[in-house]
Amino acid sequence: MNNYEIVIGLEVHAQLLTATKMFCGCRTAFGAAPNTQTCPVCQGMPGSLPVINRRAIEFGIMTALAIGCRVNGLSRFARKHYYFPDMPKNYQISQYEEPLAEHGRLAIEASGSIREIGIQRVHLEEDAGKLLHEGALETAQSSSVDFNRAGVPLMEIVSKPDLRSPEEAAAYLKAMRALLVYLRVCDGNMEEGSLRCDANISLRPRGQTEYGTKVEIKNMNSFRNVRDALEYEIRRQTRALEASERISQETRLWDPDRAVTVSMRSKEFAHDYRYFPEPDLPPLDLQPAWVDEMRVRLPELPVARRARFQSAYGLSAYEALILTQGRGLADYFEDAARESGKPKRVANWVLNELLRELPADDDRAVAACPIPPGNLVGLLRLMDDGTISGKIAKDVFEKMYRSGETAQAIVSREGLTQVADEDALGAAVDAVLAEHAKVVDDYKAGKKAALGFLVGQVMKATLGKANPALVNRLLVEKLPKV
Amino acid sequence: MLTALTAHELGARYRSGEATPTQAVTEYLARIDALDPQVRAFLTVTREEALRRAADADARFRAGSLRGPLDGVPIALKDVLCTRGIRSTCGSRILERFVPPYDATVVARLYEAGAVLLGKLNMDEFAMGSSTEHSAFFPTRNPWDLARVPGGSSGGAAAAVAADMAALTLGTDTGGSIRQPAAFSGVLGMKPTYGRVSRYGLIAFASSLDQIGPFAKDVEDAALMLQVIAGADPMDSTSVDVPVPDYRAGLDEGIQGLKLGVPAEYFIDGMDPEVEEAIRAAIAALEKLGARTEPVSLPHTEYGLAAYYVIAPAEASSNLARYDGVKYGLRAPGARDLIDMYSKTRAAGFGAEVKRRVMLGTYALSAGYYDAYYGQAQKVRTLVRRDFDRAFERVDLIVAPTAPGVAFKMGEKEDPLQMYLNDVLTIPVNLAGLPGVSIPGGFTQNGLPIGLQLIGRAFNEAALLRAAHAYQQVTTWHKRKPPMDTSPVGPTPR
Repeated sequence: MNNYEIVIGLEVHAQLLTATKMFCGCRTAFGAAPNTQTCPVCQGMPGSLPVINRRAIEFGIMTALAIGCRVNGLSRFARKHYYFPDMPKNYQISQYEEPLAEHGRLAIEASGSIREIGIQRVHLEEDAGKLLHEGALETAQSSSVDFNRAGVPLMEIVSKPDLRSPEEAAAYLKAMRALLVYLRVCDGNMEEGSLRCDANISLRPRGQTEYGTKVEIKNMNSFRNVRDALEYEIRRQTRALEASERISQETRLWDPDRAVTVSMRSKEFAHDYRYFPEPDLPPLDLQPAWVDEMRVRLPELPVARRARFQSAYGLSAYEALILTQGRGLADYFEDAARESGKPKRVANWVLNELLRELPADDDRAVAACPIPPGNLVGLLRLMDDGTISGKIAKDVFEKMYRSGETAQAIVSREGLTQVADEDALGAAVDAVLAEHAKVVDDYKAGKKAALGFLVGQVMKATLGKANPALVNRLLVEKLPKV
Repeated sequence: MLTALTAHELGARYRSGEATPTQAVTEYLARIDALDPQVRAFLTVTREEALRRAADADARFRAGSLRGPLDGVPIALKDVLCTRGIRSTCGSRILERFVPPYDATVVARLYEAGAVLLGKLNMDEFAMGSSTEHSAFFPTRNPWDLARVPGGSSGGAAAAVAADMAALTLGTDTGGSIRQPAAFSGVLGMKPTYGRVSRYGLIAFASSLDQIGPFAKDVEDAALMLQVIAGADPMDSTSVDVPVPDYRAGLDEGIQGLKLGVPAEYFIDGMDPEVEEAIRAAIAALEKLGARTEPVSLPHTEYGLAAYYVIAPAEASSNLARYDGVKYGLRAPGARDLIDMYSKTRAAGFGAEVKRRVMLGTYALSAGYYDAYYGQAQKVRTLVRRDFDRAFERVDLIVAPTAPGVAFKMGEKEDPLQMYLNDVLTIPVNLAGLPGVSIPGGFTQNGLPIGLQLIGRAFNEAALLRAAHAYQQVTTWHKRKPPMDTSPVGPTPR
């Protein structure tokens, strides 16, 4: 590490999962044909006026409450002016002096310890459209604008400059993404741009209290990009400071192909956004009753749920952590745990088998899981009542996952019912004992572990269908007689 | 002549079977053909559309399924209002070919009520002006004296009603743009309370001040028009959900015991003595009708103009940012790059007055100047509003002149500041968001109309209309017609 302290703050922009746009009734679905999800309002037609999307406000309040922000009783939208072809009105309706919420925190885990990162503010705004160039930007003969994304609700969450390393920044972004996805206010998809992030980074000599000159970095669309861009910027700024050069306050773009940041505009050319209160929208009067209602509707958050999974279901810290990676998975586990009354076993099956098939934090995959919680419980019951062995159960699980069938259907069709017939098993046991005379001798000589080997051989001979407990008993009965 | 009738008189003829909407629309179109080459109130005449709507109205009258008192009534609209499929220029080159894909809420409501659109009316570009000389296309002339301006910015809407080229029109009022042209053109013009009428589809000039309102031949007609357009609109978050009373039903209640305030600050130095005389006489007439008058003070009036010329341009600079050549309207050819396209388009598309205000507003909102200008102006706005609040604790209505003078000659006020001073008596009402109406209150010896302004409490348009109606029962100013020559004429007189 060098002689400088690293100071990082992140601005996270999350597209909200509302069905319609921030200020009009157009759909927000990603990937539609250009300009098919537009209207006079989101195209900034003369005479059109914005109307606030209630759902977007609710998502904002929920997020604010989840990160312990104070929700402002009165907040205001403001116009932020800058000219760009993808901005229909050449101003963005955003929030400035009176944001939706302020003063929160988010716990992150980095380098093995837990730290709380301060949140400065949460505010809502509208997204811009997208430019489509014919060919490369430099040589394009024409450019078109797709306004489908224009007006999609964005929530901006600004952290305090509390982050001290690229690892912490990545951990913060991960934790924030997990929370937003958990709250179901954002799908968290960084590739499609539903979650974007800008960073402010400055260096200062250790011990100094004033901040150094900050540089803003844009265009980091993955966790890896965030880490790489910040690491690059730390090296660049360190070199500059050590050479006694001045850091200029500017905006830089991360170029992932060349792995460098490139100056975009310096402070001298910085925009004067000329903010002023949006006169087309009255101030947002957030009645305490509404905020309270949102508080009630807030789902149990991962941290609390994790603790409850340990205390209520007797799970280990690790099990509880993994099972709360996604709200869908946690719900899945609880549904199955409640129905079966055997949370510990359900946890084992979810962790060892289900998560082999799908990612823990992917709610969509969990929702589409071919084995609904009830079917998993059905499988466990067949094991418990001795119908199938544990080994067979794992095969059945895989088949259930491929086909979507119930365990019962697969077991019946494929004749996987456990062999519990003493006569049939007795023959298999006799054959194994005859075949492995050496092992039998070992057992008799006191090597009790040899029993396990023999059980395994009987299981193998019966293609796993034998009832292991019965095999065990038969072996113990028959061994002395060999 | 059906064109000489008020809307309510015309409606009565329809209902009695003495006339049909098609006859009225045909007469109006003929009159527009005869007179508008002189007056130049219309930017667009929607002839076929009008005849089609009139035929539909005919059928409704035959079937006895009327849509209300405005069914079949020929109207026209200031070109600041968006009309689906009909170009809406806002008096600007930059929107010369702009055809909105939607109707303003007020337009949809008027169609719903059966009104027949004759066309779109001239205005100062983006409603910035007090004479309609700032239209990018041509100036409109005052029907009372074609060498004079009709006032502005809704000059076309005022002149059309004055010259009987429409039974009713809609204008917009940001700092007096309905009331001042109404005064200059000898008709009624009303600015409703801010929030009373939806602004959806009104091409914004200054969002916190703009309001749509009617021009009419008499109070009853204005009441009918307001009835149709008033009321909350889910598409306009600044429209207010206050119940809309039956405006016509209350007209005859009289003004016995009504308390009228006369603000000393509205009788300013340098005002036309003939205007002052007429207004004093009008106040006496109102007293005779049973109203009691008393002096009130609106001490911050003199700061209103300055505050307005910060707030309105600031909002305008923002509202007009969208005219960039990217999506609709004009795109100037020959641009080297994006910035060049913006500047060439805006340089070619906007007139001098619009550019002046965009620059003023941009400056006022700039970092480092915001508090000194925009912030300070908002404080003045609060003080102006409080003046009115205090006055309305004691009186029911305020009565004053609409403008310090009468219609001036075209080209007479070339200094922008001289032009701005025209609005000194109308602007405070916009700053306070209150309703105001200008009605004909006399004539000068030269035969030019004088406007009497009534100002009311927020959402109390009914009281304004009642007092104006009482006044029109005992006066005939509103019945005078300008001496228009409808015989075919040669070139437009200068």
